[in-house]
Amino acid sequence: MARLNILKTYKIYIGGQFPRTESGRYYPLLDKAGNTLANICLSSRKDFRNAVVAARNAQGSWSAKPAFNRGQILYRIAEMLEGRKSQFLEELTVQGITLKQAQAEFEISVDRLVYYAGWCDKYQQIYGSVNPVATSHFNFSVPEPTGVVGIIAPNNSSLIGLVSAIAPVIAGGNTCVVLASEKFPLCSVTFSEVLNSSDVPGGVVNILTGKSSELVSHFSSHMDVNAMIYCGNNKEEILLSEQNATINVKRVFVYNQNWMQENAQGAHYIMDAQEIKTTWHPIENIGGGGAKY
Amino acid sequence: MAKKIIPALDFKGDWNYSPAPEDTKHINLQKQYELFIDGKFVKPAKGKYFDTINPATEQVIAKVAEADDSDVNKAVKAAKTAYDKVWSKMPAKEKGKYIYRIARMIQERAREFSVIETLDGGKPIRESRDVDVPLAANHFFYYAGWADKLEYATPNRVSKPYGVAAQIIPWNFPLLMAAWKIAPALATGNTVVLKPAETTPLTALKLAEIIQESGLPPGVVNIITGAGKTGAALVNHPDVSKIAFTGSTDVGKLIQKSIAGTGKKATLELGGKAANIIFEDAPINQAVEGIVNGIFFNQGHVCCAGSRLFVQESVADIVIKKLKDRLETLIVGDPLDKNTDIGAINSKEQLNTINKYIKIGKDEGAEFYQSSCNIPSKGYFCRPTLFINASQSHRIVQEEIFGPVLTIQTFRTVEEVIEKANNIPYGLSAGVWTDKGSKIFNLTTKLRAGVVWANTYNKFDPTSPFGGYKESGFGREGGMHGLMGYLKF
Repeated sequence: MARLNILKTYKIYIGGQFPRTESGRYYPLLDKAGNTLANICLSSRKDFRNAVVAARNAQGSWSAKPAFNRGQILYRIAEMLEGRKSQFLEELTVQGITLKQAQAEFEISVDRLVYYAGWCDKYQQIYGSVNPVATSHFNFSVPEPTGVVGIIAPNNSSLIGLVSAIAPVIAGGNTCVVLASEKFPLCSVTFSEVLNSSDVPGGVVNILTGKSSELVSHFSSHMDVNAMIYCGNNKEEILLSEQNATINVKRVFVYNQNWMQENAQGAHYIMDAQEIKTTWHPIENIGGGGAKY
Repeated sequence: MAKKIIPALDFKGDWNYSPAPEDTKHINLQKQYELFIDGKFVKPAKGKYFDTINPATEQVIAKVAEADDSDVNKAVKAAKTAYDKVWSKMPAKEKGKYIYRIARMIQERAREFSVIETLDGGKPIRESRDVDVPLAANHFFYYAGWADKLEYATPNRVSKPYGVAAQIIPWNFPLLMAAWKIAPALATGNTVVLKPAETTPLTALKLAEIIQESGLPPGVVNIITGAGKTGAALVNHPDVSKIAFTGSTDVGKLIQKSIAGTGKKATLELGGKAANIIFEDAPINQAVEGIVNGIFFNQGHVCCAGSRLFVQESVADIVIKKLKDRLETLIVGDPLDKNTDIGAINSKEQLNTINKYIKIGKDEGAEFYQSSCNIPSKGYFCRPTLFINASQSHRIVQEEIFGPVLTIQTFRTVEEVIEKANNIPYGLSAGVWTDKGSKIFNLTTKLRAGVVWANTYNKFDPTSPFGGYKESGFGREGGMHGLMGYLKF
C-alpha cells in the first residue's frame, strides 16, 4: 500500500507561537489545476489585536537590543532561509511561478536580508547628527524606532515582498504585525518558521494570513499601532487606511515597487519607520577659553 | 528628622520695579492689511476684513483681510506659476542668496518686529526681542546655505521639490513659525502659500513687506490671512502638493484626514504635554528655574511646554516650596515692559480655555495654587498656576492646556516616572534634571519624545531638529532633518 503523505497545516504566527486563527475560518488555496494546496487561516480582528499586544510587548526589548546584535539576528534569518531553500522553491513553484523565477525570487530574498542585516548598526550614523547650536549646549539627533508597525505585504508575491517589507522595519528596531499575501500565502507561514528558529524574539514579527479587505481597517484604526506600511495600489484601501490612521496620527507609507529589482532596497526604507530624537545638554564654559596652551 | 524650614522671602515692598516699557513710536503699522499674492498686496475678493487686537489692552491694532476660496485659489495659482516658470528654473545658489537677503532684512528690522510681535500676540518684549525675532532671522540664514548643498543631505538619492507648499502656522510664535516654514521650503526649491493665525497675522504681513522689498520673484511666497476656513481651502487645493502645519492635534488630525488618498505630503507639528522630571540628585535651584522656564515661557503657549512636572518624592517638598517662592517673584503684566516675565494670554478665547481647565483641575481635586501677583484689569491675563498632587488620570494631566498652568506629580522610582511620562498620547518633548550622566541617558533614550532637554528646557536652534512622536505629529523642522519634509524622490 502506498504511504499516505502528511500534509502541512498552515497556521498563523503570533508572539512566537503558531496558533490557529481565532475565527475558525479558512480559505482554500488552489493550484493552477484547481487542487487544494492548503487551507489558509482567515485571520480575524481578534487575531490582529492579539498580534499587536505581542508586538507591543516585544517592542521595548527588541529596540533596546544592541544594533550589532540585531544585525546578527537578521543575518541569522538569512542563514536559516538559505537552509530551507528547497522547501521555499517548492512552495514558490507550486503557487504558480517557474523554477527559474522561484530561484531568482529566493536568492534576492536572502540577499535582501543580508543587505538589511548590514544596515542595523549603520543607518544611525548616516541619519543621526551632532547639531552645532549657537548656545552652549551639546545637541545631537538620533533615529529611534517608531514602535509597532502594521504591514500589509504585497499581494503579488509570496516571499520577496514579505521579506522586503519586514526587513527594514525590524532592522530599525520596530516590531510588526504583517498580513501576508492573500493570493500567495504559503511562503509566509514557512517564513514564520524560519523566523522562529533564527533567534528573533517572539512578538518581533507576527504574521497573519487572510484578506486585506477584512483586516485593513483594523490595521489602520488600531490605537496601539504607530505606523502602517501598505504595499499595493488598491486606491480604496489606501484611502481607508490614510483616513483611519488619523485616529492616533499614525504614519502611513504606501509602497508600490517591483521588489524583484536589485535596487528596491535602501536605508530610506528603514528611516520611514523611524523618529528623530534630539537631545540637549548644557556645556559648562569655565576656563581654558583664553589659555595659550 | 525635623523637616528643614525654608523661610519665605518677603515679596512685599522691595520687589517693585519701575516701569520700563519698550518704545513703540518707531514701528510702522498700517490701519489695514491686504493679502500678499504674487508679489503684490491685493484686496480680498469679497472685501471682508477682521480685526487683530492687542490682547494686553483689548484694543484693535489693525484690520486684516479675510481670504476666501477665490483668494486662496489666486494665491496657489501664483505659487504654482512661480514654481513652474521661475523658482524651479533658478540656480540653487541664487535661491540661497534671496533667502540670505531676507535673513539680513529681518535682522535690520529686528526691533520693529519685536515690538509688533509683542503688541499683536501679548508675549513679553524680552522674549520677542531675545528669542522669536533673532531665531527667525537665524532660521532663514541657516536654510539659505542649504539651497545649493541639498545633495549632501540625501545620501545616495536624488531629490526634487514638491512644488507648492501650503503652510499653516499658530499664534504662539507667529514670526518664528513663519520662518520655520518658509525658509526650508524655499531652500528646497518649493514655493509657498502661508497662512498665519487669525489672532497674530501682523508680523507675517510685515515679513511679506520684507519679501517684497527683497526682490524675491513674485508668487514664490504668498501670505494670506484668515481663519480655519481659509486654511481648509488652502489644504484642499488640488495644486498644493505639500502641507506643513503647526497647531493643535485636533486640527492636525482633520488635515491628515482631508488629504487621505490624495498623495499630498504632510508634516504635522501638533500638541504636547511634556513631562519635566526632577530627580533628587538634580541641582535644585537650576531645576526650579528650568521648571519656570518650561511652563511659564511665553505664558505656557508652547506646544513643547513642560506642563507636567514630576518630582522625586524625597525632594518634592523643597522643590514645591522653592517653586512657590519663585512664582511670587514673577511679574505678570504689560508685555511691552522689559521687566515683565509673563505677558498677556493670546486671546479671550484662549483665556477662557485656560480658565475652563483651572476649574476642571479644582473639580478633579488637585491642590490649586496661584501666585498672589496683581494682574492688569484690562486685557487677558492669567496668574501662574500650580496643581499639586495631580493624578495621572486627571484631565489637567492628560490634556494640553496651552497656558501658564503646571500639574505636579511625585514619583519614587525611575521605572515609575518613565511609565507615567510616556503614558500619554503626546510625545513632543521632555525634560530631565539630574547630575548623573548615566541616568540622563537612560531617561533620554526611554522617553518617547522628539526633543529631550537634559538639565535645560525650551531651547531652540535652527540647526536642531524639532518635532514629535505619536500624536504630537510627524516630520521634523530645523536642521538637516528639516529639509526632508520638502523633498521627494
